[in-house]
Amino acid sequence: MIKDIFVLNYYSGMEFNEKNKILTAGILLLTFTVYSFHLYSSLPRQNLAKADDSNGKLVWQEKNCISCHQIYGLGGYLGPDLTNVYSTKGPEYIKAFLKTGTVVMPNFKLSDKEIQELLGYLKNIDQTGKADPRTFTISYNGTIKQ
Amino acid sequence: MVLSYLRSVTGKKLYSFKLAYIHLLVFIISTLGIYFAYISGNFGGREYWEFPPFFAVLIIAGWILFLINFISSLSSFRNQPVYIWMWMTGIIFFLFTYLESYLWVIPYFRKNLIGDLLIQWKSNGSMVGSWNMLIYGSSIFLMEKISGNKETSQSSIAFILYFTGLFNLMFNWGHHIYTLPTAPYVQYISYAVSMTELFIIGRIIFNWKKTLDTAQKNLHILSYRLLLSADIWVFLTLALAILMSIPGINVYTHGTHITVAHTMGATIGINSFILLATITDNSEDNCSNLLHYHKIINKGIWISNISLLIFWCSLIGAGIKKAIWQTAEVQNSFSMMMQELKPYFIVFMAAGISLAIGLFCIIFPLMKMKISCIFKK
Repeated sequence: MIKDIFVLNYYSGMEFNEKNKILTAGILLLTFTVYSFHLYSSLPRQNLAKADDSNGKLVWQEKNCISCHQIYGLGGYLGPDLTNVYSTKGPEYIKAFLKTGTVVMPNFKLSDKEIQELLGYLKNIDQTGKADPRTFTISYNGTIKQ
Repeated sequence: MVLSYLRSVTGKKLYSFKLAYIHLLVFIISTLGIYFAYISGNFGGREYWEFPPFFAVLIIAGWILFLINFISSLSSFRNQPVYIWMWMTGIIFFLFTYLESYLWVIPYFRKNLIGDLLIQWKSNGSMVGSWNMLIYGSSIFLMEKISGNKETSQSSIAFILYFTGLFNLMFNWGHHIYTLPTAPYVQYISYAVSMTELFIIGRIIFNWKKTLDTAQKNLHILSYRLLLSADIWVFLTLALAILMSIPGINVYTHGTHITVAHTMGATIGINSFILLATITDNSEDNCSNLLHYHKIINKGIWISNISLLIFWCSLIGAGIKKAIWQTAEVQNSFSMMMQELKPYFIVFMAAGISLAIGLFCIIFPLMKMKISCIFKK
């Protein structure tokens, strides 16, 4: 019986005519559209009124920081995750890295303005939550929560 | 490749060859421009699309031309085989998700740091599904061509599997961002939808014997061998993907090299082998048969598959090690952890070189034949 379910034998006699195909595709498309626009309109709100916030993100992108570093575990694998670096290491520590680089990280010769903007971005991202996997608990059904 | 296959499905000429050439030209110009931007250190984009956003306009334009040519070349949408549905889905959703991935240029989206990440990975996740629709559609077309059985692609089972794929394309992207502080339903929807892939993997397992029997009959066909390689990688990659879609497991694997292993298995193991299979088939149809090169291509298939398996395992090994580090009560520094991963990276590099040699053994004869064919014509 399990085999029949997986090999889809149960459905082999099912009529999948043009009408059914279009109906299925239409329902899926409509659900997808509603879900997408719901997500766009209910983006998590944050208090990011300062103008330099988006600039910090643009510097982050222009210098391609994500090719080595991660934010919430998303990004490159050569450097550490920087989601909460602002609260764990502090701005002075970050500034020192940005100004001189390290053996592994090149010195990007950032201007003071760019450094300030990047610090602003890292500060804001830090305030959004914790990325450390140790802060999650796993429920019996396999879901996770913080 | 899709446009070339479309011609043999409809039995008619393309709507516009001129449009297809412009499409190709736009992609060549944007590719060269993107390489130039990378070499000169000119970035500004994000993961996968790190180049300056200007090039996205060219890519979108090329994709629109592709869509126009595809739709106009189809005389009717009625009673089309499943791969036509898949190609159409792939083109439309790639265009949509690609546009969606550039919503960040609008401050409303960019300034919401979490919301922006959510949309970024929603679009990236679905975009992979769209690309897979194009690739798997070509694979089904080729398989049908080899077997000569035209009924499979019209069957209800083919459409059930297609709609399962479409359902996952639309809603299972959330596994990229389980750890992001978003609404919990994003996690629940994605988790539930991902589990429908169990039907696909179950089907692969229960049809294994049948697949082997077919394989014995068609193993002498080079493109079939490449498709069979891709099938094996579908199984391995899908098994890993399903495990990673369980949030309780994902929380450990997320941000580790296990994610890279999954991506490499999919892009090299599945996509590249299917693309090579379609190129092999196309070359044999339009140039001459590859009998002369069977031995070297066969060797290439073996070398690349074994190398890729080692490559894949080394990434999983490194990922497990990093996962242990990530969850340890007391952590070494990041650089010390990376030092400990060095043996895995050495194996990874050696397997990568061997993989490149294997792929070269397949690609070189194909290119050689194609070039001599062009000159003959």
